Amino acid sequence: MSHNRLDRSAIAPELRRIERRLMLKGALSLGGLSMLSGCALDDEPSVERALSAMSRFTDRMQALLFSRQRLAREFDASRITHPFPFNAYYDESEVRTVDPAGWRLDVGGLVSDRRPWSLAQFRALPQKRQITRHICVEGWSAIGDWSGVPLSMFLQKVGADLRAKYVNFRCFDDYSTSIDMATALHPQTILALDYGDRALPPAYGAPMKVRIPTKLGYKNPKYLASIEVTNRFPGGYWEDQGYDWFGGS
Amino acid sequence: MLSSRRVRPRRTPSPFIRITHWIGALSMLAMIGSGWQIYNASPILPFEFPAWATLGGWLGGGIAWHFAAMWVLMAAGVVYLGYGVLSGHFRRDLRPVGPRAIGRDMAQALRFRLSHAAGHYNAIQRLLYTGVLIVALLTVASGLSIWKPVQLGWLTWLFGGYDVARRIHFAMMTLIVAFLVIHIALALLVPSTLFGMVFGRRPSAAPEVSVQEGGAR
Ligand code: HEM
Repeated sequence: MSHNRLDRSAIAPELRRIERRLMLKGALSLGGLSMLSGCALDDEPSVERALSAMSRFTDRMQALLFSRQRLAREFDASRITHPFPFNAYYDESEVRTVDPAGWRLDVGGLVSDRRPWSLAQFRALPQKRQITRHICVEGWSAIGDWSGVPLSMFLQKVGADLRAKYVNFRCFDDYSTSIDMATALHPQTILALDYGDRALPPAYGAPMKVRIPTKLGYKNPKYLASIEVTNRFPGGYWEDQGYDWFGGS
Repeated sequence: MLSSRRVRPRRTPSPFIRITHWIGALSMLAMIGSGWQIYNASPILPFEFPAWATLGGWLGGGIAWHFAAMWVLMAAGVVYLGYGVLSGHFRRDLRPVGPRAIGRDMAQALRFRLSHAAGHYNAIQRLLYTGVLIVALLTVASGLSIWKPVQLGWLTWLFGGYDVARRIHFAMMTLIVAFLVIHIALALLVPSTLFGMVFGRRPSAAPEVSVQEGGAR
């Protein structure tokens, strides 16, 4: 994963731009899944179609398996991974920060109250703490300690249509992802403000991260900028490149 | 010609076995190649699989293949296991026999004199097939447990937690690859079994072929 770290970070912005352009091309030609098959099968559209159809089937089965009552295991403080690893689609040196006092969370879509929220408003609500295992799609995992406001409570406060299909997250590091409403209403899905006993540090998504222990890491966005409730399939940064959308644990 | 058709014997292995075997074999190979791709994203041992041996081109592609092949393998597996149990095939043909027979057959096999009547597996085959079926079941179960550690938390717990389950999944894959090396080598040594597994064969048509053809499949 991290061969040639030095060289890569030097040219990283350029690389990313090129990668994105290639990705976009793929998205236009083959529904965003053109990179799925690799090797010689790369150019075979029927293989791509079959794989993406299977991926949608996998998503449906994951949604069926999901239960709002089933909780992710919570751990003792002694099990927390130190240091909890940083992970993003860029290097840690490129982490973006905002002034917490000026930060606002935009609220949009199928909600009755679209006024943006400040951190102070979130701090005024009851907080829930969880020590849970974060599992990355790459296979590694780490146990962390997050607290924040249950997303279900926030959705009720803004008068969200709870029968809508999706909740879409956009981030100020240009990341994005989206989840199903059932997972949004799961009791362990929280808008995390703290890591351990302190406010989220920049590396972990300051000032706000969505923590969803029933989903893989790429469905746990950091650096949150907006929440939208919608019935239109929103996709996401990695999902548009071929990761399965549901990404459930 | 016509008269022989009147008492037409059952082709063995049954078409259920042959079709599910080949669908299962293909999907298993796809699972192994894509599994190696996924492994390379975050290796647990100090090596990576060479890119040419992996399927999918990148992590997302590997995952897409892995899940696609998983559904195919599980479907073929359910049909195969259902048929094997209900038809008595497992009890009759695959159930391992006593250690004596295994010792005898192993001795014969090492001298390249193991007999293999059509539709009848020798003691070593029975052991290998039963073993690989158990290993394949454990591979699927441990794979499900690391895919769904929350929804199938009891399964993850049975496998000793997420980290242990991940290593068990890898170890089971290794056993399947080891089985495959032996299995394919033996099938190539006795090509008639390969032919039989593809087209089926009639036990009455060529029972004598079985004696000392020169190899254990
Ligand atoms: C892809 C390469 C493969 C080849 C060339 C191959 C070949 C064969 C052949 C020729 C037989 C029949 C042996 C006989 O009649 O004496 C057989 C049976 C069998 N093979 Fe494979 N095989 C392959 C892959 C696999 C895989 C991946 C598995 C499971 C992990 C597997 C499991 C079995 C089992 C359990 C049987 C016994 C089937 C029964 O009668 O119920 N094979 N194979």
